[in-house]
Amino acid sequence: MGVNDRMDLAATIVLNGLTLAALYFIVASGFSLIFGLMRVVNMAHGSLYLVAGYVGYAVFEPLYDRDVWWAWYAGLAAGIAAAAIAGALMQKLLLGWMQGQELRQALVTIGVSIIAADQLLALYGGNPRQFFAPDAIFGSTQVPLVGGYPTFRLVQIGIAVAVGVSLWLLLNRTRLGMMIRAGVDDREMLGACGVNVPLVGVAVFALGAALCGIGGIIGSTAQPLAMGQDGRFLLISLVVVIVGGMGSVTGTAVGAVLVGLAEQLGQALFPTYSVILTFVIMVAVLALRPQGILGRA
Amino acid sequence: MRDRFALFALAGLALMVAAPFLLQAVLPANQAQFWTANVLGRAVVFGIIAMSLTFLATYGGFISLAQMMIAGVAGYTVAVFVEGAVPRIVGGLGYGLAIPLGVLAATVMGLVVGAISVRTRDIYLLMITLALSMGVFRFVETNIAWFNGYEGIRNVVGPELFGLGFRDPWLFYYVALGTAALLLAGVLYLVRSPFGLVLQGIRDNPRRVAALGYDVALHRIAAFGVAGFIAGCGGVLATIYNIGISPGSIGLGATVNVLIMSVIGGLGHPVGAFLGSLIFTVFDTFAANLYDRDRFNTLIGAVFLIIVLVSPDGVIGIGARLRRLLGGSKP
Repeated sequence: MGVNDRMDLAATIVLNGLTLAALYFIVASGFSLIFGLMRVVNMAHGSLYLVAGYVGYAVFEPLYDRDVWWAWYAGLAAGIAAAAIAGALMQKLLLGWMQGQELRQALVTIGVSIIAADQLLALYGGNPRQFFAPDAIFGSTQVPLVGGYPTFRLVQIGIAVAVGVSLWLLLNRTRLGMMIRAGVDDREMLGACGVNVPLVGVAVFALGAALCGIGGIIGSTAQPLAMGQDGRFLLISLVVVIVGGMGSVTGTAVGAVLVGLAEQLGQALFPTYSVILTFVIMVAVLALRPQGILGRA
Repeated sequence: MRDRFALFALAGLALMVAAPFLLQAVLPANQAQFWTANVLGRAVVFGIIAMSLTFLATYGGFISLAQMMIAGVAGYTVAVFVEGAVPRIVGGLGYGLAIPLGVLAATVMGLVVGAISVRTRDIYLLMITLALSMGVFRFVETNIAWFNGYEGIRNVVGPELFGLGFRDPWLFYYVALGTAALLLAGVLYLVRSPFGLVLQGIRDNPRRVAALGYDVALHRIAAFGVAGFIAGCGGVLATIYNIGISPGSIGLGATVNVLIMSVIGGLGHPVGAFLGSLIFTVFDTFAANLYDRDRFNTLIGAVFLIIVLVSPDGVIGIGARLRRLLGGSKP
């Protein structure tokens, strides 16, 4: 292999890692948001990914069969809405009234995830599905060093950046963001100021779930949607957030990039042991900085 | 209160010892055998694994989701080294050596998990132990050379004892029950020892225990080692029960099942693990008659959810609550 070929290969691996990291960031940012602001470990986060994917597909499929150009966008909207509603309901009905009992809340979400996975299997069966990206973002684009590269994967990076920036703006520059951050620091005082705190909690949950919903549709366009993906994306969210730092948008981005790159690099260099690399990173971070790379102590 | 629990445990043990005979008296022979091996035997085996979690939760306040994975480490170690397993990975050892080796490997894994998670508590610990066990699962599933990947390793039948195959229903049941009783007694003894008292001190207030001069980290790691040993014993038995081991037996589902058993039984006393696993196994076996053959997960998920919502201390907690309701406010 010449030097040029090797450069090309390295560039492809890095680009693959970044596109994967983009998907991981979108999914994990929702997990991180809910954890950071509500102190809830949402073990049903992977289920929200599945809910978005399956509901989105149910909307997408008939439209796609009729060759409507906006079929994918409709699926995206439906998936996001379904996940957001599911998340809001979970907070409203189950988690809201045990605020502060973190372990119990985690157990409740585990129960929800078991039931959700089983009911989705009953409703939609075990066959894998996959969205077809709309023509505008289908096909391939020329990238320097790499050559032709799927356009949709590049769009994925764009969406992740957009999600990250808008999330940061929302939390730091809007009234809702202000209320959310105030609620983290002192719930009771925020309530005394006349803010409906439980409603803010439901909003945060819906937002976090909606982010996972975006991830669900994007992810199911890039790779097949099937049962078992819930566990995979829950695990990825956990690792990304543990590595990057809990509840920090930038930390989640750093974690996602590290995990995405490690996964692709590992698969290229030592395929059967690639999983270990991800966990070596996690263990190293835990040993040196238990709060995560960018986490607050 | 503790003594009453011990009495309760003894009565339960007596009932479990007599159970195969009682079943044989009431049910036709084949059904009695099914109950002995596939309901009671299985419940005892998974109860041991669940007890390793309950031990950590009750006396240390650690909810570890790594216990099924640690049990799997024992199972895989036996399967890799024992002669007669299919495919042959290393082989060459008899069960007399392979089983202690498996339990040792699980104990070491327990210590490793304890060391990795030593600076975390509560939900952080939950997340990290889950991530660790999923990591081992993904590794085992993708590694062909050592663990035969997705297929796993078959034909781990256990040693011959008293001229009987280990998987003879009665023999297996009594070996499992004896192991469980010994481990339970060991746990109850251990928690009254100085080590156990320090552990409970750490659960209640780690800073104070540290201020008294005890090494909190070392005690925590040791507790995970003990739990690893318990889980390892259960893992070996579970592997022989299933005649082998595959990645599915340490996957997310299996991991969560162990948590479900512990929580349903109650995290307030090690006996809860066995109650929980018995309830779980009965549900698992008869879900088909209750709701829908394939919808077992919905059923057990709902039971789990209701327990968490209504009685966080499990079936034991319900019992205590009922006693308080019926018998007034006896302490």
